[in-house]
Amino acid sequence: MRELSHHVLDLLENALAAGATRVTLRICEDTQGDTLEIEIQDNGRGMDAEVQARALDPFFTTRTTRHVGLGLPLLKAAAERCNGGLSLRSAPGQGTLVRAWFQWQHIDRAPLGDMASTLLGALLSSRSDWDLEYEHRVDGRVFRLDTREMREMLGDIPLGHPHVRRWLEEYLQQGFAELYGATGCPAFAGGHQA
Amino acid sequence: MPQIKSLEELRRLRERVERDISTRRDTGTTIIVGMGTCGIAAGARETMRAILEELRAREMDINVTTVGCIGMCAKEPLVDIEQAGKPRVSYGNITPDMVSRLIEQHLVKGQVVEEWVVGRLQES
Repeated sequence: MRELSHHVLDLLENALAAGATRVTLRICEDTQGDTLEIEIQDNGRGMDAEVQARALDPFFTTRTTRHVGLGLPLLKAAAERCNGGLSLRSAPGQGTLVRAWFQWQHIDRAPLGDMASTLLGALLSSRSDWDLEYEHRVDGRVFRLDTREMREMLGDIPLGHPHVRRWLEEYLQQGFAELYGATGCPAFAGGHQA
Repeated sequence: MPQIKSLEELRRLRERVERDISTRRDTGTTIIVGMGTCGIAAGARETMRAILEELRAREMDINVTTVGCIGMCAKEPLVDIEQAGKPRVSYGNITPDMVSRLIEQHLVKGQVVEEWVVGRLQES
């Protein structure tokens, strides 16, 4: 996967596949501390100890449509080659917490990339019975999104309605533009280039 | 916070959509993009983005949804088009540069792009 945001979309899809109705996604880019952290917590069905132990094995999956499960192993490998790592905490019926961390300035770190499209890809899911709480920090700035607040405003109109979708596209574009500034790069936007 | 202002825009959007019966009516057409690990790695997110941009450019109010892996990983990115009263058509290996023709031929002209089809599902 060329961007970390591709991995994030995969994690969101995992949470939905696990039946989650509430997903919290936090991304923190700290250029001063030279760290990038991605944390996703869901209230899905969770994993027992045996499944959890094998979740990082690329040749293991609980799916029946194929025989490999590459998502988490790929993210773990991406993190470890950037002086980072991945941790996984899960229990049956109690959801799953995945945390991945990277050295922000590591030469092998893939760009975070197009988070707006990643969020859109998840929010347009055929499953409409879930909510996302998103918080993205870049040095001193923060962008937050909570679909519960949006649904309160929308009533019965679904997030996937074409008019709402267009609003969402603009909302995300605006949010990330404010988060990153004109250059689209946290190091320059935050004035903390090392 | 600018987000609060934007959420108020959402409330106004709701009122407008509820008033306008034509935008509430389901078009009966849905584009479905496979978004499992295999799809994401093959570029499905970029294909979805191209679909959204094409629909916006053509001012077409069509539903777009994403789904997980269905097991045809080698054919990702998979894009299905579902229209009321017609078989659901699955297209395989749809990259962003193919999207314009797909929308033009299938949705505007009503002609299936046969050479890209990987399956059909009859309406149940």
